[in-house]
Amino acid sequence: MTDLNVEATVNSDSGLTRSSTKQDPMWGKIEESENFAKNVKHFRQKKLADDDFRRYRLQHGAYGSRLQPNYSMVRIKVPGGLIYPDQLEKIASLSEAFSIGSAHISTRQNIQLHWVQLEDVSEVIRGLAEVGLTTREACGNTVRNVMCSHLAGVCPNEKFDSTPYAKAIARFFLRNPMCQNLPRKFKINCACCEDHGLARIADIGLIPSIIDGRRGFRVYLGGGLGAASFVGHLLEDFTPESRLLATCMATIRLFDRHGNRENMARNRMRYLVQELGWEKFQKLVLKERSIVEMTTSTKTAGLFDIGAEQEESLSPRALDIKTVKLPIIEEQVLPDGAPYQRWLHGNVIAQKQPGYFTTFITLAAGDITANQLRILAGAIRNLSEEASARNTPHQNLAIRYVTAANLPQLYSKLASIGLANPGALTISSAVGCSGTTSCNLAITNSHRLAKEIEYRFLELGLDTDDSLRDTTIKISGCPNSCGQHEIATIGFFGGASRVGATMAPTYTMLFGGDSGEFSVLAKPIMRVPAKRVIDTIRRIIELYKEERSFGGSLKEWIDKIVRGEGIGKVKDIEGMKKLLSAITQLPPADQEPEMYRDYGNDIKFSAKTARGECAA
Amino acid sequence: MKSDSTSPIPSKENSAESSDDSQVTQLPIVCNVMLLSDLIKKNSVRVVDVRREEEYNQEHIRSAVSLPLAKLLEHDSPTDTREILENLGVGDGYPVVVYDDTFGALAARVAWSFQYIGHSNTALLETTFGQWKKMGLETESIPTSFSRKQHSVNINHEIYADASYVQAAQNSPDKIIIDSRERLNYLTEHIPGAKNMPYTMVGGNGSIIRNSEDIERYIENRGISHDTEIIAYCGSVGTLSGLTYYALKQAGVKNVRLYSKSFKEWKSLGKPKEEINDANYWDLSAE
Repeated sequence: MTDLNVEATVNSDSGLTRSSTKQDPMWGKIEESENFAKNVKHFRQKKLADDDFRRYRLQHGAYGSRLQPNYSMVRIKVPGGLIYPDQLEKIASLSEAFSIGSAHISTRQNIQLHWVQLEDVSEVIRGLAEVGLTTREACGNTVRNVMCSHLAGVCPNEKFDSTPYAKAIARFFLRNPMCQNLPRKFKINCACCEDHGLARIADIGLIPSIIDGRRGFRVYLGGGLGAASFVGHLLEDFTPESRLLATCMATIRLFDRHGNRENMARNRMRYLVQELGWEKFQKLVLKERSIVEMTTSTKTAGLFDIGAEQEESLSPRALDIKTVKLPIIEEQVLPDGAPYQRWLHGNVIAQKQPGYFTTFITLAAGDITANQLRILAGAIRNLSEEASARNTPHQNLAIRYVTAANLPQLYSKLASIGLANPGALTISSAVGCSGTTSCNLAITNSHRLAKEIEYRFLELGLDTDDSLRDTTIKISGCPNSCGQHEIATIGFFGGASRVGATMAPTYTMLFGGDSGEFSVLAKPIMRVPAKRVIDTIRRIIELYKEERSFGGSLKEWIDKIVRGEGIGKVKDIEGMKKLLSAITQLPPADQEPEMYRDYGNDIKFSAKTARGECAA
Repeated sequence: MKSDSTSPIPSKENSAESSDDSQVTQLPIVCNVMLLSDLIKKNSVRVVDVRREEEYNQEHIRSAVSLPLAKLLEHDSPTDTREILENLGVGDGYPVVVYDDTFGALAARVAWSFQYIGHSNTALLETTFGQWKKMGLETESIPTSFSRKQHSVNINHEIYADASYVQAAQNSPDKIIIDSRERLNYLTEHIPGAKNMPYTMVGGNGSIIRNSEDIERYIENRGISHDTEIIAYCGSVGTLSGLTYYALKQAGVKNVRLYSKSFKEWKSLGKPKEEINDANYWDLSAE
């Protein structure tokens, strides 16, 4: 059923042979490009109704651009976030020819090409198919890109590498008739361990677990972020891997059957879970699973072949441990120290494989130019011993299996193309959805705000302050949470505030969100004018620093305040609001006209939106 | 490889060219490296290098003459172009192949100007100087010149568009205006009704122009028939759109015109523009 591109890759630098490593399945199909071109023509000739075409286009990953239906954001699925150098090179060429010369990494491990002319979408699909990638079911009411923690396979805390499972799930459901017309989109996320990954904010979330030597998962159902957000519920203590497929099928079948097809605002599965109540839903899933197990043919079950996705375990040569000590990763660095040391400190972590490191490429709000992609592809080929990369939900890229000896070379390669910014794993690496740069639903330019925060915080050297390191900042341009603001330590979602007859771009600030198995949804605190967001975060940091008696990190301090357990000056959310009221106040338009303009605009702000493209 | 010439003469006057007019090669729209190498060997082609003079003086394709784009654009009139051709020793109908090191856009603009004054036997070299050199083909550093030739002017009105022509075409269903600039520039402002086909779409993959099959498909995808007249323009002097001109010609589009003064003139004339203002698309660029 699936074409496998089996190719021998020899890494000449290390003598490591990947001859037995299977490339990913060829996800794309050329005929889908031809069909897309045909359907665009039919649509233009009015032989296809608007709504039918819209549904078709979304099913194939073409999302309408902001207020311009002749342009699309083309969403490239990257199953498990795993991407190869030839694929990055192809994306570079496609972005130059048909998009804006830059690509964007999304918070769900997709890669997006923006402002593609509708007539050229088929060419993008064609080019992607040539390197095994697809846009199929990247949008629409389908099973979206299956995520996998970018640390799967290298995480010191994981029970086993969940990557092959994520890929097997992606392969089984892609183009599967059972999920071509769901009530709404459906998201599956795979974690590596309880700390990393987004298992509890997905329709199905999986956390690897081993009991009595048997592999399995803790399966969480019914989570998700949006206008109303929920964390997923644990289905049972342990789901053995042999029941993984049946569990996923049962959940999707239930959703397909009982999900709300009328009210678009409440038709994600999490609402169904809420309406039925968890216990009832749980019972239904377990019952449905028995039916699935009894009725699924061996042939169908055979299609869910984890073995087919299982990469031969990469067995890198044993490394001389003496050469792998990188004390700087653990030690304090200073903003005016050597840039390389600062980069090591904020962008590199040790893997569970002794002697290997995972490096993170800091991308401002996930954007990368075609030229950077090309050079980066070369660096991945030469300097990562798995010769591939993972994109991360923090809109960065992770290059894994880098030896200590290769780190300086990787750094200088990155520096030569402007990709060696520090701080990827710190507070400075803010997440921002595409916002008003391309999305119909966006109210504010969250994308630019995330970039401004990153530039400013790097300038201030905040990436070197370890007490801020585990604080995350995530921004969405509307309440719908593509920027995942609800799992941020400090989150923001865009809105508009009216003062008299004038509108100002503002953000609702939230505190105390967290991801992983112990996910917590952030609590809304107060509104902040868009142009005051940076100052407000800095004020919060100041307040934290003034609390000298508190020994923990900024994140821990904020979590305490949210719980009303603050010690010292700020006890709880109310106390915090009081201290921030001056800085977050919207001044009159004639005094500070700047507060009434959003980032990227020199004209007065107005909140314009159109029908969302996130549902078909 | 460089020729081993150690001649102290700063410039060589070449007189050994074949002058048998019946043997003149009719060039295709785009000339491949095999054909050009062959013609150079036979001394029966004028190779025109449009890079800056310093670059030419350092090294150029064997037997090439220098015509920096800026020199052609200085006056950019038919009589000046004729003067230029005559000084380069190009007579009517003599094969001319033009190259640059800027993905073909500068060469395309010069080649188009020659075509415009009636020198139809002009071709664009399929590759850049850099690629030519990488392929190990013959180069030299001695400047070359040829004795002056007479050239006539026989304007090819069919390949030219001025602002008023473009304006009239805006409402004509069998004419399409194509903007060759990059997507973000196009979105910011463009001639009303113009479609965007960035120059990055026509070039790439080691060759200055993609294979015709691809370009034909792009045109087909846009629902443009081969009988439609296309008018190409870009930002200022018609270089990027010059490349589009050649790509479309090569792909079999019969009627292509270049609005050589392009958007710069359009704006200076205060003509209407179309702008897309509702999105902050520039903030997506990682440049």
